[in-house]
Amino acid sequence: MSAQTEEVPATRPAPPIGKGGAPPSRPRGERAARSVPYLLILPAVLLTVLLLGWTMVKNGLLSLQNLNKRQLIRHVTEWVGFDNYGEVLGSSEFWSVTGRSVVFTAVNVVLIMTLGCLIGLLLARLGTRLRLLLALGLVLAWAMPVVAATTVFQWLFDQRFGVVNHVLDGLGWHAMADFNWTSGQLSTFFVITVLIVWQSIPFVAINLYAATTTIPKELYEAASLDGAGSRKQFTSVTFPFLKPFFLATTFLEVIWVFKSFTQVFAINEGGPDRLTETLPVYAFQEGMGSQHFGMGSAISILTIVILLALTAYYLRLVLKQEEDEL
Amino acid sequence: MRRSRSLSGSIGRVWPGAAAVVLFTVFAFPVYWMFATAFKANKDIVSDTPVWFPTRPTLDHFTKAVDADGFWTLVGNSLTVTLVAVGLSLVIALLASFAVARMRFKGRKSFILVMMMAQMAPWEVMVIAYYMIVRDAEMLNGLLPLAAIYTVMVLPFTVLTLRGYVAAVPKELEESAMVDGCTRFQAFVRVVFPLLAPGVMATSLFGFITVWNEFPMVLILNKDPGSQTLPLWLTGFRTTFGDDWGATMAASSLFAVPILILFVILQRKAVGGLTSGAVKG
Repeated sequence: MSAQTEEVPATRPAPPIGKGGAPPSRPRGERAARSVPYLLILPAVLLTVLLLGWTMVKNGLLSLQNLNKRQLIRHVTEWVGFDNYGEVLGSSEFWSVTGRSVVFTAVNVVLIMTLGCLIGLLLARLGTRLRLLLALGLVLAWAMPVVAATTVFQWLFDQRFGVVNHVLDGLGWHAMADFNWTSGQLSTFFVITVLIVWQSIPFVAINLYAATTTIPKELYEAASLDGAGSRKQFTSVTFPFLKPFFLATTFLEVIWVFKSFTQVFAINEGGPDRLTETLPVYAFQEGMGSQHFGMGSAISILTIVILLALTAYYLRLVLKQEEDEL
Repeated sequence: MRRSRSLSGSIGRVWPGAAAVVLFTVFAFPVYWMFATAFKANKDIVSDTPVWFPTRPTLDHFTKAVDADGFWTLVGNSLTVTLVAVGLSLVIALLASFAVARMRFKGRKSFILVMMMAQMAPWEVMVIAYYMIVRDAEMLNGLLPLAAIYTVMVLPFTVLTLRGYVAAVPKELEESAMVDGCTRFQAFVRVVFPLLAPGVMATSLFGFITVWNEFPMVLILNKDPGSQTLPLWLTGFRTTFGDDWGATMAASSLFAVPILILFVILQRKAVGGLTSGAVKG
């Protein structure tokens, strides 16, 4: 409410612009002024509606069609209602992929948040020089383009000349000397997880460190005056202060990891034997790979629903916060 | 008792430093290894004991990567879609963020909420629908649909981030310019825009990274080699060149260098922008 009264003086100086000046032009000028914000957001709205909104709708429509290679070439549309959903939800494959995606996301996010927060707190403890050193390492990993990082990790974990196998062999684990990382489900997931965690920690660590610098020093002074040790200071000052940040970051990481496609696909294309397909890759392989576009679309809609369910709590929080602020 | 305490005390003082050095190595090593491999002679790459430093540096791998079929076409394609998408989204987002940060109007809140939802849109999952739309428009293997989709991909983030930067410019500056006879548009161009420059740079950096890296969309839309972008080329490089790791790492280096340089320079501002846009409080 207060915001509305605030705006009035800002529009006051406007009249000199409308050179017509006379009373009849005023209401028209005001109406024009009122339409200005809409004109300003119009391009953004149009593009978003056309290229994102319409695609969402299209995705939904496709999921209700029987659309395979034959229908695609002949340009025929066969509506089948919710048959695709029935088929997907009835297949055990879908549920095992879903379970796998959830576990994969959980493992990654727990690792990212735990290690990221620890490293962020470490940054806060370090002297300037070491902090810059560690920050430089983090920024390098953060800035590394995903596709380049994926290629580099394939090389690090290469069977014959990869440096990882060599080091493991050197450390006494000789069975790893010629280990093929992409030959098994767990070992492939291991490589993908190391890659994702390596790339995601810097965001968490650096932002957490930045957040700790905003904690007022007086809080710590007050706490130590009250006789709080360093552990008590952490639980009574640092942690409560960082909690909102922690919550928001956790959910952002859930979203990012759950829908990650490039890393999972580029490391081993979901192999061996389709055992490392997560939902986005599964939707891609079913839809584009096997050319069951309707089925693929149904899987993609279900993936979005699962993602929404996983992040509903956070979304509600964000929306509420925005409502309060606006 | 006493000795153990002083011991644990000195460990307490040393371990953060030691941990920092170890962690630096862990995080920097893959990046270092990429460059090191790219400069190493083939003999040092395919050796049973790893050669940790490129003692006999060579540029052969870079020559091979650059001479690969259509490399410059792909560089051109990548640059085109990236610059068009980032530039276009900046212009569109500037208009919108100005409205959102400076004006009160009905629907403002809904607009922001839509942008926040759009920022989390799972593009990776919607590729089939994009394929159908672009196919129906008979525009597969074109750069235009790619650039348009990328524009929308980075638009929400750009709007939300720039909103913060615009709001941070004191309104009084603009008003006094308007009292001095500027129109609102002139006030924006002459007063607000110069102050926005750092924010615009940081924001566009993230747009640049997103588009430069984008993989699933181009994988599906542009199968024709002449219309691909660098990420697609890079993931296929290894297979094309039969496990030539030197050349693959040289190609990765060439792909990564522009981003690494931009990022390290702009990191400080960019981090501020990212947190103010995505996570508040």
